[in-house]
Amino acid sequence: MQAYTEKIREAAKRLLAEKKVDVVIGFRKGTMPLMNEPFQARTPEQADLLVWDGNCGINLANYLPKRTEKIAIVAKGCDSRNISIQILENQIKREQLYILGAPCKGMTDKRKIQDELEGKEIFQAEEAGGQVKVSGRDFEKTFNRSEYLQENCAVCLHRNPVISDEMLGEPVQEQQVECYEDIKQIEAMTPEEKRKHFDALIEPCIRCYACRSACPACYCPTCFVDESKPQWVGKTTDPTDTRTFHFLRAFHVAGRCSDCGSCERACPVGIKVRQFTKKLEKEVKELYGYEAGMVQDLRPPLDVYRPDDPEPFL
Amino acid sequence: MSEWEPKVITFLCNWCSYGAADLAGVSRFQYPANIRIIRLPCTGRMNPKFILAALRHGADGVWVSGCHPGDCHYIEGNFYARRKFALLKTQLEYTGLIEPGRVHFSWISSAEATIFADKARKVVEAIKALGPAQHFIKKQAEVA
Repeated sequence: MQAYTEKIREAAKRLLAEKKVDVVIGFRKGTMPLMNEPFQARTPEQADLLVWDGNCGINLANYLPKRTEKIAIVAKGCDSRNISIQILENQIKREQLYILGAPCKGMTDKRKIQDELEGKEIFQAEEAGGQVKVSGRDFEKTFNRSEYLQENCAVCLHRNPVISDEMLGEPVQEQQVECYEDIKQIEAMTPEEKRKHFDALIEPCIRCYACRSACPACYCPTCFVDESKPQWVGKTTDPTDTRTFHFLRAFHVAGRCSDCGSCERACPVGIKVRQFTKKLEKEVKELYGYEAGMVQDLRPPLDVYRPDDPEPFL
Repeated sequence: MSEWEPKVITFLCNWCSYGAADLAGVSRFQYPANIRIIRLPCTGRMNPKFILAALRHGADGVWVSGCHPGDCHYIEGNFYARRKFALLKTQLEYTGLIEPGRVHFSWISSAEATIFADKARKVVEAIKALGPAQHFIKKQAEVA
């Protein structure tokens, strides 16, 4: 995937020099190992900072809503689905965008690698040929990237961009995986077990709203957690407030979530918040046959209806 | 102490179920007094926040009732509501916030007073069987 780096730089320089776009949104090397940071290149010189490897997990579509300039953006499969949702929801115009499609083989899960190191700190990480070599004081270890992918990447069914103006590489082969295994496990629990499972899951939540901020589908001018008259969600870390927050956050992205995993990646305490959203994704797929962002002119499932919709709630 | 009685917050559509409740009243049908009715312009006005707020503030159950699909006063309000309810109910039960049987939905027209009274009995019965809601009620700060 690092081969994309050269292509991204080349495309960025060309687009910026020809003044086709005002800014190129991509990644540059982060200050921490295994973390790349989003970067907006505005001059051909800055374009040399753009990079691509297995640490570009953040969803860049998050930087698009309500922008007015012309933008080139590097988009993985999930990013491109979120871009098409934003176009549909009038957050950005297709004419403003130049999409550099990046077929993706999944992003590395930093936490999974860190867990293998018994608390040792990683100073440096290098990626080559499907392997990540991490090193720090007195140790060096190599990991197979395919075994240390983010959970959403491991069960991703749409690795290739759905819209693009220019592809950075050949489309990759889509995976054939059962993507709802963990959801089915939870569904099989009794109500009491479910409650305990989710209470334990969100127990460490500090209500920093990082999951909301990282989400490309969250762009309401006033978020429900910030509303005060009436106040729907308490602002404390009281278990009831936290449960309400996670429930409503997931519900707000029902049928709009591309399962990009940004929320989970952003969570500072490592809560698997995708367990909330993945279930809704499954329901929407089963009930209405809709997958977020896959078809450009299909309205989101909660914005349309069919007279013969199922009524499982009666 | 007398027997525990559940509180059921009931959201009714102004154009149908609310009329059914009215008709049940003037027809002198008996139904449990546990329901607390909130009138909505349409079930399309229902927001998941309302249901969560009711449960958070101590309701033992919630019941939402509107017009039969196709009979909406605003043509299509309840069609949208139907999709919301389908996802909402499965998600509520999936996350274990409430046990199955605490949140109910129904379609009742303004002529169906008997069905209204019948459904009210069933809803209250189901919630009574589950006992008081405990898990999702926000505890008030204890002041020494």
